[in-house]
Amino acid sequence: MTHPQLSAAASAEIVRRHAVQGATLMTILHAIQDEVGYVPETAIAPLAQTLSLSRAEVHGVLTYYHHFRSAPPARVTVQLCRAEACRSMGTEALKDHIEGHTGCRFDSGHAEETELESVFCLGQCALSPAMTINGELHARVTPAKFDRLYAAAQTKVAEVTA
Amino acid sequence: MTRIYVPIDSAALALGADAVAQAIASEALKRGLDVQLVRNGSRGLFYLEPLVEVETPDGRIGYSNVDVEDVVSLFDAGFHEGSAHEKNVGIVDEIPYLKNQQRLTFARIGITDPLSIDDYVALGGLHGLRNVLDMNGDAVCAALLDSGLRGRGGAAFPAGIKWKTVRGALADQKYIVCNADEGDSGTFSDRLVMESDPYMLIEGMIIAGVAVGATKGYIYVRSEYPHSIATLNRAIDKARDAGWLGASVLGTSHEFELYVAKGAGAYVCGEETALLESLEGKRGIVRAKPPVPALTGLYGKPTVINNVITLATVPIIFAKGAAFYRDFGMGRSRGTLPFQIAGNVKQGGLVELAFGVTLRELIYTYGDGTASGRPARAVQVGGPLGTYLPESQWDIPLDYEEYAKVGAVVGHGGLVVHDDTSNLAELAQYAMHFCALESCGKCTPCRIGSTRGEEVIAKIREGDTSVKQITLLRELCDTMVSGSLCAMGGMTPFPVMSALDHFPEDFGLPRTPAQKAA
Repeated sequence: MTHPQLSAAASAEIVRRHAVQGATLMTILHAIQDEVGYVPETAIAPLAQTLSLSRAEVHGVLTYYHHFRSAPPARVTVQLCRAEACRSMGTEALKDHIEGHTGCRFDSGHAEETELESVFCLGQCALSPAMTINGELHARVTPAKFDRLYAAAQTKVAEVTA
Repeated sequence: MTRIYVPIDSAALALGADAVAQAIASEALKRGLDVQLVRNGSRGLFYLEPLVEVETPDGRIGYSNVDVEDVVSLFDAGFHEGSAHEKNVGIVDEIPYLKNQQRLTFARIGITDPLSIDDYVALGGLHGLRNVLDMNGDAVCAALLDSGLRGRGGAAFPAGIKWKTVRGALADQKYIVCNADEGDSGTFSDRLVMESDPYMLIEGMIIAGVAVGATKGYIYVRSEYPHSIATLNRAIDKARDAGWLGASVLGTSHEFELYVAKGAGAYVCGEETALLESLEGKRGIVRAKPPVPALTGLYGKPTVINNVITLATVPIIFAKGAAFYRDFGMGRSRGTLPFQIAGNVKQGGLVELAFGVTLRELIYTYGDGTASGRPARAVQVGGPLGTYLPESQWDIPLDYEEYAKVGAVVGHGGLVVHDDTSNLAELAQYAMHFCALESCGKCTPCRIGSTRGEEVIAKIREGDTSVKQITLLRELCDTMVSGSLCAMGGMTPFPVMSALDHFPEDFGLPRTPAQKAA
């Protein structure tokens, strides 16, 4: 599955729709990502123009925050908490298991099939380790539970795209 | 009709509560039972989640750790009438973990549907705001100061002084900003408020607005908390419909409007000035203080910026009086703190108690020891920027000043327990790594020092335990503490130094005679 970048015209249209009165750059970036799944490069120029900012300023905000993506997400995105509470409950061993099971590496950039991302705290520190899989939150994750959830997510994506 | 409660808090959802709720509904239908399903918040007893509760004449009976596979057997046993089952944990209000707490701020948590305004008011909500509407703003600020409430985000600055400063400032627009960027590992009290009792936070913010003359409020929530954001947005809409918000707060001449802003995954935005930058739509870069946000805050206007728990505690102070709240606690730490027992513990959850309780009590009486069953070894208190406390320090009362005496911080009240398999040198290296990832980049000691710190600790762990390396690490930490504008660079050395001081053997160093004695 390939994700062509949105055309300049399509991006401009999305920016126009979300740049409502009083909306900050952050708000608009969120709205674009929520709709398209990422913030296309082609959105930067219309954003800068609409908000009277330089393109560098828009680029600066977009790349400062971990949440914003400049490329479409993978079919399955796994976010594993790597912070202290989850560390105390073996998240590093779980990370090794996930890498072995999926054949992917954490934080190694964009992949089409599966992307593994480190995150720092999902607010489930009494139920560590925690992770999300395509945005769905799971706590007390074990290797076996991960394998089951990962298989389910792959099946679900396959059904949607079929 | 039987009322059955299945929590909708994300902790319960993360363990499959939605599927459990569906299974209960369909099983009840199949058996022709008259069941009303209520999606309540969480009680904060996370180790029991999903905790399903059944209303009986004797009180609400709990069934813990309910899985979809348990539902049929629960109905077979007659759980909808509160009968015995291996998952039955008795009357929830009588569970010692809950019963022995001093729940002031969290008095209502998890009892009812978090979005029901009627339930909120029936359980004591809105008293505080109604009292404040009859008071003069100066009196409100004075009462808040009198209550002894200090900023619960970690800095512990007296909330009353902040409010008074904003009230005294002259400006055409003032703001109330709620810091809900709860990024510290080991903390979830803000999240629990937002998902399980959101009206309490809304009421606290309206009170702040009325007291200082601010007409707009923002709740800045981290993007990692989508459930909190959704619940708050729905609650704000309902509060607006009920006349709490808008041009006339509860029919008075006070105006207050409230909005939710979403963060985007930058830990440093939990620092108040970085948060304000982010709220303005910019990169979350720390501002130099002074000027303080109380005078030059959001868009340069006077701004009250408080943490979720601080604002959520305001309603009970005004409902029951400053003296009521002040009578809890010790020394200059007045009231209660929601301690969050996290990490390697058997019974993780939220424990609200007056200041003065000890770590040992929290870890063993409430936490019931480690989840792994191994001896606990180190507890990090106050988030990723807090120190690691060895067992010799577990009897110090949790009080801002008592902790400061040993160079530790109470912070937001989060405790992360590590067992004897932990490696504190690895955790120290991780602390530097995290700082390198999350530094906003404004201060050189933080931006570059964190990377150098990670390298030095790596070298030490590889076996270079020479005096030169250790001195280098200590001097680097000293530079970061003294040369950073905010706590990111200024406190990352706390976990690092405490790990080195209390657990030198993890760095390949000998213990000093004093450490051996301890």
